[in-house]
Amino acid sequence: MLFKRSPSPHIKDNINVHDMMFMVLYALIPGALASMYFFGWGVLFNLLIAISVCLLTEAAMLKMRGREIYSTLQDGSALLTACLLALALPSLAPWWITVIASLFAIVVAKHLYGGLGFNPFNPAMVGYIVVMISFPLEMTLWSTPMGVAIGNTSGWPDFSTTFNWVFLGVLPFSETVDSISMATPIDLIKTQLNQLHDISETRSNTEYSALFSSISGTGWQWINILFLAGGIWLVKKDIADWRIPTAFLISLVLISNMFSVIDYANNSSALFHAFSGGTMLCAFFIATDPVTACTTPRGRWIYGAGIGALVYIIRSWGGYPDGIAFAVVLMNIAAPLIDYYTKPKVFGDTNR
Amino acid sequence: MNLTKSQTAEESLAAFDGGLKLVSYKSISTRTTITAIAQSKQYIVPLQQHIGVISQVLVKPGEKVLKGQMLAKPGNLISAAIHSPVSGTITDITQHDVPHISGLADQCVIIENDFNDEWIKRQPLGDDYNQKSSQDLRKIIRDSGIVGLGGATFPSSVKQTEINIKTLILNGAECEPYITCDDALMRERAQEILSGADIIGHIIKARQCIIAIEDNKPEAIKAIQSAIDQDGTGFFQISIIPTIYPSGGEKQLIKIITGKEVPKSRYPAELDVLCHNVATAYAIHRAIYFAEPLISRITTITGHGVSQPQNVEVLIGTSMKHCIEHCGGYTDDSAELIMGGPMMGFSLSSDTLPIVKACNCLLITTKTEDIQKEKHLPCIRCGKCVEVCPVRLLPQQLYWYASSKNIDRLVEHNLFDCIECGCCAYVCPSDIPLVQYYRYAKTTIWQQERERKSSDISRLRYEAHQQRIEKQKREREEKLRKKREMLKIKNADSDKNSEQTAITEALARAQEKKAERLKEKNKETD
Repeated sequence: MLFKRSPSPHIKDNINVHDMMFMVLYALIPGALASMYFFGWGVLFNLLIAISVCLLTEAAMLKMRGREIYSTLQDGSALLTACLLALALPSLAPWWITVIASLFAIVVAKHLYGGLGFNPFNPAMVGYIVVMISFPLEMTLWSTPMGVAIGNTSGWPDFSTTFNWVFLGVLPFSETVDSISMATPIDLIKTQLNQLHDISETRSNTEYSALFSSISGTGWQWINILFLAGGIWLVKKDIADWRIPTAFLISLVLISNMFSVIDYANNSSALFHAFSGGTMLCAFFIATDPVTACTTPRGRWIYGAGIGALVYIIRSWGGYPDGIAFAVVLMNIAAPLIDYYTKPKVFGDTNR
Repeated sequence: MNLTKSQTAEESLAAFDGGLKLVSYKSISTRTTITAIAQSKQYIVPLQQHIGVISQVLVKPGEKVLKGQMLAKPGNLISAAIHSPVSGTITDITQHDVPHISGLADQCVIIENDFNDEWIKRQPLGDDYNQKSSQDLRKIIRDSGIVGLGGATFPSSVKQTEINIKTLILNGAECEPYITCDDALMRERAQEILSGADIIGHIIKARQCIIAIEDNKPEAIKAIQSAIDQDGTGFFQISIIPTIYPSGGEKQLIKIITGKEVPKSRYPAELDVLCHNVATAYAIHRAIYFAEPLISRITTITGHGVSQPQNVEVLIGTSMKHCIEHCGGYTDDSAELIMGGPMMGFSLSSDTLPIVKACNCLLITTKTEDIQKEKHLPCIRCGKCVEVCPVRLLPQQLYWYASSKNIDRLVEHNLFDCIECGCCAYVCPSDIPLVQYYRYAKTTIWQQERERKSSDISRLRYEAHQQRIEKQKREREEKLRKKREMLKIKNADSDKNSEQTAITEALARAQEKKAERLKEKNKETD
């Protein structure tokens, strides 16, 4: 009897890329729902625009590159990039911001480098940085979070206001951009510090105190807690690496704690840094993107710690409201070098 | 009370990095005891069944051979003898397909069985082996053609060269799924295994013997433990190790038992240990107590593609087809025939191949178990392979460099330390056949190395040749130059009557020669 031949091993674990990507997507759900609860319809619009643009662009690029479209789309990577980007963008970003960021992420950051597995930089973060540098004003348009009242309006704008603003760029007669949006806690503290108002002064200012109903800011704290919960589930499921988030959070907490202990009036606490802005989204979903992160065990510690340090530096002394995207891409650049110098000692290697 | 002994051994166990917990599928082939396969008409005995040099054939076609007669002697130090599994006639010595990963044919002795089962004269040593020197015993083991039966088939006597090794480790881990031949052997022939270990211990002057068994073989553990209790010398100790693939790899097992890693490209003797498979110990017992060379082994015929999976005692050279028929034949949905386990075994193209010394298992899979994908996705560098690699390699980097044929980087990332255990490919979410890439890269590098060596030799030869020609040319020119100079001097000396002088000189020379000849003639006549 004759048989077909195949290479070993002849058995296999049943995990695949599609499942891994979708597990990450599922883990995003709690944090994304919290985001929608606190920042309103804009988050949903961001998601819808980013997902449709990313998937269409991915399909177009695959066609141009002569690759299989349907089966490749199924790997879920473009969908994940879209969701990460949408959750990072401000909730009242005009539609074209999201479109430009999505296009850049998929076309330049992903496919021009060779597609899934070959991109040296995190596509979502590259897209984010492009719009952040080009349109800094629009990138501060976070809606007033649920539970915060400014003047006579409370919380985020309603569906039609948000829709008209995001897609048509028009606002009702009674509203202005300033009246429906609000700076994020990180941004606010930074600008107030620049005007020589220290942190306790900012937090107790009646104009902003509603934004600081909890340590790391109204809404932001819950969003971060839920991204953390999703992240822990991912790590437990062995989908995300545990070293990168651990190193990232330890480094961010240690550094911010050091500075706030030295001068608490001008430096926010470690808890504030850990649960504000994009910290947890970055720790478990962005920094852990395997394609662009380090792959050696020791390298992952260094990579995570490096992002933590850079996030703190950019948040404290940089010119941008949050430092996640820059920190991640800067460490992406360093990843191959770190990998090269952190090769583990092989079995039985007694040198070095 | 005996349990405490094994428990203490277990507590001090180390672990190697990486590894996998696999579904074992072992129970499907251990429902019955070992069965013997009836002799068949024809036996095909390959001359290369071991690591090392091919054996030198001692017989001719047409010759009558007896069971256990040596058909071929070791071709070198690292080689093994081959024996006839039956009595009969050699019909041919020719190229025949053999079970090898390359799928190529090799030189085989083909024997027609006369069914007389007539043995050569045997003089078993028995308990007297105690009086023999290590060297004598090693010679018997060498002449019996015994090789490592765990699958590596390295000549056993060569391993036993170093003496005064403290610890002998018997490998009964059997970590690959499906395979149960060692398990069955330990269950049924524990005392014989211990006897073989005693012999090896005597050869290498070991002070203790640790028998390592994975904790998923309770019956084997029980059998070995009771044999140890009967022995009562305190030489043996059982070590129950956790079931983690590839704990049966020699270096991995030594790490588990001793906590130390065998240094890169060195031997276990460095750590004062020697490792043998339980089946090898059993074969050594047969060689010393029954003067039986290695002409049979226990093989697991298993998988969901065969009707009655079981362990069989089979003569080397039996066709696989015959073995599978013994086990009730194939099921309707059988798909692939694999020699070895599902992790490291290789698939065969036909069942007409003979059973060889390395055949610890024939695994027949079903169509539903087929995991081969037409295409694989790109590597997303998830690092799952890094987590499971027992050698602490970076499989994803190796894959990257193997696909770009970057030899320097491959060597730098220790490609040659890869044991091809398959853990990385097992977990890869992109279904990349990583081991294939590494094998291909290794052979390419070896090939280049060989080509470089041979081109180095021819370059040296060419250079030497060029130098020789150059030298000859120079010498010739020198000669000519001298001649020309002499002529010039002569021409300067002689003037107008040069012609005259030349004639007189020639005459003088002629006369001188004549005189000399005359002298010689006179001498001869005297």
